[in-house]
Amino acid sequence: MPRAYSITDHAYDCLVVGAGGSGLRAAVGMVEAGLRVACISKVYPTRSHTVAAQGGINAALANIVEDDWRFHMYDTVKGSDWLGDQDSIEYMTKNAPAAVYELEHYGVPFSRTPDGRIYQRAFGGQSIHYGKQQAYRTCAAADRTGHVLLHTLFQQALKHKVEFFNEYFALDLIMDEEGGCAGVIAMRIEDGSIHRFAAHLTCLATGGYGRLYFSCTSAHTCTGDGNAMVLRAGLPLQDMEFVQFHPSGIYGAGCLITEGARGEGGYLTNGLGERFMERYAPTAKDLASRDVVSRAMTIEINEGRGCGPNKDYIELHLEHLDPKVLKERLPGISETARIFAGVDVTRQPIPVVPTCHYNMGGIPTNWRAEVVRPKDGDPDATVPGLMAVGEAACASVHGANRLGGNSLTDLVVFGRSAAHRAAELVRPGSPARPLPKGAGEAALDRLDRIRHASGSLTVGAIRTNMQRTMQRHAAVFRDAPTLEAGCRKLEEIAASLRDLKVTDRSLVWNTDLIEALELDNLVMQAVATMHSAAFRTESRGAHAREDYPERDDVNWLKHTLCWVDERHRPRLDTRPVHLFTLSNEVEPVPPTKRIY
Amino acid sequence: MVQLALPANSRVQPGRRHPAPAGAARPREFAVYRWSGVPGEPPRLDTFTIDLADCGPMVLDALIKIKAEVDSTLTFRRSCREGICGSCAMNIDGNNTLACTKAIEDISGTVKIYPLPHMQVIKDLVVDFSTFWAQYESIEPWLKTYTPAPAKERRQSPAERERLDGLYECILCACCSTSCPSYWWNGDRYLGPAALLQAYRWLADSRDEATAERLEELEDPFKLYRCHTIMNCTNTCPKGLNPAKAIAEIKKLIVEKHL
Ligand SMILES: Cc1cc2nc3c(=O)[nH]c(=O)nc-3n(C[C@H](O)[C@H](O)[C@H](O)COP(=O)(O)OP(=O)(O)OC[C@H]3O[C@@H](n4cnc5c(N)ncnc54)[C@H](O)[C@@H]3O)c2cc1C
Ligand code: SF4
Ligand code: SF4
Ligand code: FES
Repeated sequence: MPRAYSITDHAYDCLVVGAGGSGLRAAVGMVEAGLRVACISKVYPTRSHTVAAQGGINAALANIVEDDWRFHMYDTVKGSDWLGDQDSIEYMTKNAPAAVYELEHYGVPFSRTPDGRIYQRAFGGQSIHYGKQQAYRTCAAADRTGHVLLHTLFQQALKHKVEFFNEYFALDLIMDEEGGCAGVIAMRIEDGSIHRFAAHLTCLATGGYGRLYFSCTSAHTCTGDGNAMVLRAGLPLQDMEFVQFHPSGIYGAGCLITEGARGEGGYLTNGLGERFMERYAPTAKDLASRDVVSRAMTIEINEGRGCGPNKDYIELHLEHLDPKVLKERLPGISETARIFAGVDVTRQPIPVVPTCHYNMGGIPTNWRAEVVRPKDGDPDATVPGLMAVGEAACASVHGANRLGGNSLTDLVVFGRSAAHRAAELVRPGSPARPLPKGAGEAALDRLDRIRHASGSLTVGAIRTNMQRTMQRHAAVFRDAPTLEAGCRKLEEIAASLRDLKVTDRSLVWNTDLIEALELDNLVMQAVATMHSAAFRTESRGAHAREDYPERDDVNWLKHTLCWVDERHRPRLDTRPVHLFTLSNEVEPVPPTKRIY
Repeated sequence: MVQLALPANSRVQPGRRHPAPAGAARPREFAVYRWSGVPGEPPRLDTFTIDLADCGPMVLDALIKIKAEVDSTLTFRRSCREGICGSCAMNIDGNNTLACTKAIEDISGTVKIYPLPHMQVIKDLVVDFSTFWAQYESIEPWLKTYTPAPAKERRQSPAERERLDGLYECILCACCSTSCPSYWWNGDRYLGPAALLQAYRWLADSRDEATAERLEELEDPFKLYRCHTIMNCTNTCPKGLNPAKAIAEIKKLIVEKHL
């Protein structure tokens, strides 16, 4: 079929898709290794969602109280409810201090201690001496840590002359006959032109898919495009049932109030004015792990002890804190609470509810950021030419539940690791990788089909339907009947995509088309999430099954893998969890009951 | 008040009218600048009446509602919806601001929405930022040091760190630069308040060791000295920052250098 697109081919040593914290860190490291790097992003780099991270980045620097990366490792394994791969967790926690000092050397304006070191605050699920005492491990720049991290890494990328392709929308991976990745096909948003990028290594850094849910803390652009590209390439996603609900999303607006608010001394109360967390987590209380706090809040609301006229939210109190602390440490959320909840935090509590926040699941990788999938009996076989980092990836350091402050650590540690691995795998200046014949044809067919979709349902209509379905059927608490009904509804929603209508026919900045492509991506991930959740008949971390309330290590101490074909049919399997460490500097943490 | 200049060939025509849905409890009119991006086609002003009873509180909520329910061809940038990514800068009710933090309630009468003034429009509310980004890059916005980095962090006292407050929070939304008359007329050579605020951010950082070099770069009749302290920038900044003051500080540093 003759097509109206102009196609331009590019060739690089490495291609990074995504310019959030993880993608930028990877790109900078790859340039430092002498490689030619292109970085594609659908938004200008400083618009990436990393900019919204507030509370901080974890590293055992011991600037406030004593600390050790082994404590950080223990907390992360426990936080993951033992689903995290311990070799990756060891790698992350051990390399976190170096990665944070590096950020400081790059120019990140961290808040400071009186003696001029990086300021660290308390965060949920963080301890020293293996659960004995609260740790102070979360390095912060007021409550704008993601903003400073993203801007600083972008500045380094400018300094290192990373070649950016901003406002280019990646459509699909280009896979070769051997099942390796040869590059990516993308559309330039400004004029609709098509660009094929050939690369020895393609690194997906496309972020999470929070927009699967009706109420989320994530940006509109968090649609997990890279995850969907992986599914369309016939590769599986891992642990997609593990969706983190953050305890403090502003009631109604969904905007986040950082856990750092509780780290600085804030607390939650129910409609009776009780500090209910004391009942659920006697030691850690309001600073228990996120899954624990979100479940407690949901129980309080469901049992009629919520706040407000409809008893449907919880209150977060900061008004007892020193106004100086609010001004110095929490200025951003003070502003957010004023704008989005009409609350003056020095006087009134903030109405909050558990809100979809983070995706533990994603593209399975090893600790070197190489994408893996089972092949010929090897559950850890790598996919040649393909890497993934950041929230898109599942390394898996967060397992069944991510600790606050560990995502930013994940971004920079594994961004850096991807660059190190790229330096080993790709020789600078080696001849360009040839694109396979007909590269990207299937992607162009899909693009054409969606661009000319002339059914009766708008993107907005199908999207709302999907988001409400996820919100109702795959929320904080789950059980078989709700999940199965959810799976059936998603079948209808997937079928309704055939009746999609895209009105804008232009090639110039066609966001009707972009949103339709994003919706197509989201629906695949909705299927993977719902079916993975129905598959896992146990409760672990963020996945709480009312019909299977206990963790079941005998049957389920393993990762879920989910493939979704072009007709939205899922296929499920599992992969072993790495219960071993990378070195003998630390012992594996054996599974025990998780109590805070 | 910001003077609004529209892109070349742009006598704005009256556009389509989208009436309120039947039974709207709190109808409100939005007048939105539209341009297809096709050279030769005139821009127009479409009006949409939507029901605020069924809409979020911010101008961005209304734009998203219009796009989802009334006209999916309406084109604008957005991402974070909480005033931190800088995507949704536009001219609302005569002022440059962020659509996602501008409450509809704070505007009386028809809500008028235009692209950022004096920028090349690509389509509807999307403008070309390339010059803006090039200017940002031109001030070399990264930490420059000549002494080797210590094994751990470079020390910085809380007082030194405090000097970055009011500077590091900039989200590069360009509301300030596109409200500055000097930038309108000399945007090719005058760096504008956003880039200059960033330039000062590095001058103010106790860790940066390139002050002399940076000041030399800035000491130029056009790059810096087109600022006539008109203050539009500071009045319009949606993050409450003060680029005019930062520019004055740079000028002061240059004077001191010559003493
Ligand atoms: C409100 C909020 C606060 C948070 N606070 C913290 C915190 O304090 N500490 C912490 O550790 N974590 C925090 N997190 C989590 C953390 O911010 C994110 O997990 C992390 O920033 C994700 O970074 P990333 O590099 O993976 O992707 P992102 O920053 O999401 O970037 C994704 C990139 O991919 C690009 N992209 C996506 N799709 C395409 C496509 N199709 N084509 C081209 N480009 C594409 C985008 O343009 C973007 O550049 C927070 C999250 C939220 C929502
Ligand atoms: S103070 Fe200077 S930079 Fe700000 S608007 Fe006026 S002339 Fe422009
Ligand atoms: S100074 Fe303010 S208005 Fe100017 S770019 Fe920065 S945040 Fe935007
Ligand atoms: S959408 Fe990010 S600033 Fe408005």
